[in-house]
Amino acid sequence: MTLNSKIPSGSLESKWKTYKSTCKLVNPANKRQLEVIVIGTGLAGASAAASLGELGYKVKTFCFQDSPRRAHSIAAQGGINAAKNYQNDGDSTYRLFYDTVKGGDYRAREGNVYRLAEVSANIIDQCVAQGVPFAREYGGLLSNRSFGGTQVQRTFYAAGQTGQQLLIGAYQALERQVALGNVTQYSRHEMLEVVMVDGKARGIIARNLVTGELERHFGHAVLLCSGGYGNVFYLSTNAMGSNVTAAWKAHKKGAFFGNPCFTQIHPTCIPVSGDHQSKLTLMSESLRNDGRIWVPKKQGDNRKPNDIPEEERDYYLERRYPAFGNLVPRDVASRAAKERCDAGYGVGASKQAVYLDYASAIERYGKVEANKLGLENPSKEKITELGKGVVEAKYGNLFEMYEKITGENPYEVPMRIYPAVHYTMGGLWVDYELQTTVPGLYALGEANFSDHGANRLGASALMQGLADGYFVIPYTLGNNLADDIRTKAIPTDHPAFVAAEKEVSDRINKLMSIKGTESVESFHKRLGKIMWDKCGMARNEKGLKEAIEEIKALRKEFWSNVRIPGEINEFNPELDKANRVADFIELGELMCMDALNRNESCGGHFREEYQTEDGEAMRQDDKYMYVAAWEYKGESQFELHKEDLVYDVVHPTQRSYK
Amino acid sequence: MEHYNMNLTLKVWKQKNKNQQGHFETFQVKNISSEMSFLEMFDVLNEQLIAEGKEPIAFDHDCREGICGACSMHINGRAHGPWHHTTTCQLHMREYKDGDTIVVEPFRANAFPVIKDLVVDRSGFDRIIQAGGYISVNTGNAVDANALPIEKHDADEAFAAAACIGCGACVAACPNASAMLFTSAKVSHLALLPQGDPERSIRVENMIRQHDKEGFGGCTNIGACEAECPKGISLENIARLNREYIAATFRGGSKNSV
Amino acid sequence: MSWKSYFSTSVGKKLQMSLTGIFLITFLVVHAYINAQIFWNDGGVEFGHLAHFMGTNPVIRTIEIGLFAFLILHVVQGLLLWSKNRGSRKSRYAVKKDSETSKWYSRSMGLLGTLILLFLILHISMFWAPNRGAQTFGDGELDLYAMMRDEFQNVWIVIIYVLGCISLAWHLVHGFYSAFQTLGLATNRYKAMIKTVGVAFSIIVPLIFALMPIAFYLKWIQ
Repeated sequence: MTLNSKIPSGSLESKWKTYKSTCKLVNPANKRQLEVIVIGTGLAGASAAASLGELGYKVKTFCFQDSPRRAHSIAAQGGINAAKNYQNDGDSTYRLFYDTVKGGDYRAREGNVYRLAEVSANIIDQCVAQGVPFAREYGGLLSNRSFGGTQVQRTFYAAGQTGQQLLIGAYQALERQVALGNVTQYSRHEMLEVVMVDGKARGIIARNLVTGELERHFGHAVLLCSGGYGNVFYLSTNAMGSNVTAAWKAHKKGAFFGNPCFTQIHPTCIPVSGDHQSKLTLMSESLRNDGRIWVPKKQGDNRKPNDIPEEERDYYLERRYPAFGNLVPRDVASRAAKERCDAGYGVGASKQAVYLDYASAIERYGKVEANKLGLENPSKEKITELGKGVVEAKYGNLFEMYEKITGENPYEVPMRIYPAVHYTMGGLWVDYELQTTVPGLYALGEANFSDHGANRLGASALMQGLADGYFVIPYTLGNNLADDIRTKAIPTDHPAFVAAEKEVSDRINKLMSIKGTESVESFHKRLGKIMWDKCGMARNEKGLKEAIEEIKALRKEFWSNVRIPGEINEFNPELDKANRVADFIELGELMCMDALNRNESCGGHFREEYQTEDGEAMRQDDKYMYVAAWEYKGESQFELHKEDLVYDVVHPTQRSYK
Repeated sequence: MEHYNMNLTLKVWKQKNKNQQGHFETFQVKNISSEMSFLEMFDVLNEQLIAEGKEPIAFDHDCREGICGACSMHINGRAHGPWHHTTTCQLHMREYKDGDTIVVEPFRANAFPVIKDLVVDRSGFDRIIQAGGYISVNTGNAVDANALPIEKHDADEAFAAAACIGCGACVAACPNASAMLFTSAKVSHLALLPQGDPERSIRVENMIRQHDKEGFGGCTNIGACEAECPKGISLENIARLNREYIAATFRGGSKNSV
Repeated sequence: MSWKSYFSTSVGKKLQMSLTGIFLITFLVVHAYINAQIFWNDGGVEFGHLAHFMGTNPVIRTIEIGLFAFLILHVVQGLLLWSKNRGSRKSRYAVKKDSETSKWYSRSMGLLGTLILLFLILHISMFWAPNRGAQTFGDGELDLYAMMRDEFQNVWIVIIYVLGCISLAWHLVHGFYSAFQTLGLATNRYKAMIKTVGVAFSIIVPLIFALMPIAFYLKWIQ
């Protein structure tokens, strides 16, 4: 099978415009007959379901949480990018496109990324119209801030809760459609299988997580908006329930998985405090706007941070990357932190942390404030006090969160941070229309692989999720469903539904019948450790080969020794988790295979064998300028398909943030 | 910060499902680190129960960083435990000392029926939003985001109200099991913005009607909701909801209302 | 939406409580002002003038009907709300540390209100009812001043009156603020002001009332 990305011809600027004006449409009467299933209600899912409901499609949404509003998009802190150029600092659609392609280390499709940059501005308009309370200036206009990997201020934000505000906006739009009867909402439901009829995705099998019953749902199309798979590492900034199950089921039914090894490790997270740790907490990238990152110049320096004099501190990001300083992209910042810690300069009890210091920002802001107030020769204490006030107004909620978790006051003592798994650029392979290799099955948002290449820039995930849901899928789905208007709803007693349901119930019965000795959690932790050690921030051939074998063994052990308490037909979170972990184990193996296949370093994928003399990632454009799309061929069997990436406009060079 | 370990006695509400009677069960947990979060302590307990061949305790949780609003738990008489402005997932064990007994119950309200153990059904909140907690604007065709300047103070106030995470602590804490703080946060958020103006009458009417229909109690201005809200949603929002309601009364409401 | 349906939601009912409450607060001011005339210690002359005016003026007598209507509405609606709100949590907490999140008097408005109601029944049956009875069926107005002087020689009556005033004070500490909050006026800008005035009112007015039986009992006034 050759992969057809269906990128429209024509110049970069005209592709999407041409597509929109030439794609097929479905008339309103027919839309009412067409049913669409949406899995996941985060930014992509909620915005897609709301928009499709508005258009008149009959939509069903599914989420495993108790309400669509709890999808993990809600936890995004920093902001959302848009090429509005409100700051008059030289931003443009092209520049956002260019930054994103470059930030992704030239492993994303030009056509998709340009479309993303194009619709970014509409997203902000749409959200404001919905009542999303973005931060504003005193003049009443929207405020912006900077994020990593860019030199303009294009990030819109709502304090440290941008994801929450955007999701609530989309959720409200969704609930409005529920009230109007266009969308039916199924909460505490998990999709466990795709139903295929005549080679097309025509429905799903979902499990009601309260009663344990399996349900069959028909749809002319199925949209997977189920997020990323960072939890394969056990510890990540993802929510506890975030999982790959929906995407993995689709993969096993024929949807190719694109670039599974591209994972983003976020540089500023609160470090692990012990074995009990269940998840990691992100400290927004926006903190790098004002905070300075450093380690002691001396190895194994055990002094308290405030006792280490200025000249004995190594502000290693500013030293290595003077042009971007503390605002280098995430992959670069994360690797630099790991390099320092591995070399023995780490801080804190675990020595697996670096300092994020606000002392100089507090002083700088304090002086500005004192100036504003007209204070002559203000005391050092006064400056600090004023500066703390400014920092609190900007980042108060983040500082408070840090203090709750660590018990340390970040206004007084530098924060300790360390990189943690945050986002997965890889995902289901989709074409320009967001359709996977299975007809009728689409993937939106983090669940697809499409727009971020090998590394995502900060504040771009929210942008992509909403772009896909609000502005892309309403067109591309119509273009495909126009051919389906004669397809009547397929009754759910169709043999394909019966067979799919049986597949699911057999698997659940099998899991429950193992009655082993080890808990699901324990298997998940073991998988996470393999993945983090051998397929984490730095990877090498030997480690990946070992990891593949270890994961295979782990899978065998899981299927022979997992212990799941409780019953099938009841609320049983352990069973839910077992279903998810079983899929994570299979995915983990594929990720390692993909990482092993990609003999280069690019973005979040760092192969130790491929680095420049000063430790920067070294791509192999002649060999790996392609999307690795993996086809499932049976247990541990995956076939690689390549989609070559063609750069007509941008000329790939080695990324430099020096 | 000094770290220490502790042994604790937990009295936890167990309830098989909505229809069965619940009861307290007592558990012992050992070597709990002061650095754990409260939910991580529950993870330890659950792993222990699974190892003993018993059923773990069901509780809602997801993001574990205080924003999704999934976690609940009424801990020693307080919704989300004793810390101010904190969800259960962000409560840390350094609050407790060796030998403590902790009583953990579900959020209790008729409108929040127990699903299992500490898990309750808060779908009533979704239905309150469905009744009018939105601005009726379809995707596309929105005017430029900066076309309509909004006074910073109003935008900030709207944000403060919109910070609600829908966790239900206000209901759990309220002696009347009222969800007026939740309802008022959404009414306020949208009433403060010019975009929300056209629907302000019908919104407040319908949302309050749905609030009552769900079986939440009425507000008597006690203020426990504000004290217990992990996001610090202010009672001022209830005052604003009341004003909106009175204004709607005098306006005769919306012609669209039922 | 009709007026009736506006007043039938939980917020509508709360508005009824607020509006009737504010009317009753106003009444308390008038009542306290008139009764405080006894402190002239003039044998009830000043008091008698005003009592006569209040008991016979047709406008006042009309308003009096409204007063009773509002009082009954306040009482009935209050008790209904109390019962409905209490019923909103059928399965109760084993442990609840209410004192850490709210004030006892805010949570006890039903109880305080009931105490006041019991006191009111006694109070009305001691003064208002016999007086109106005499006006309507007997020989005209009674000497309320003399009645007070006599009744308040009984220490038990004095104690009940003082307890009634204490209940009223606590009821007002919450009720005064709450009435304005319900009208949407207790915004951050005015909340502190309303609370302060409310507390002052809740101390001053019930204190004036409580001083009357005490003053008669201790023979400060004759």
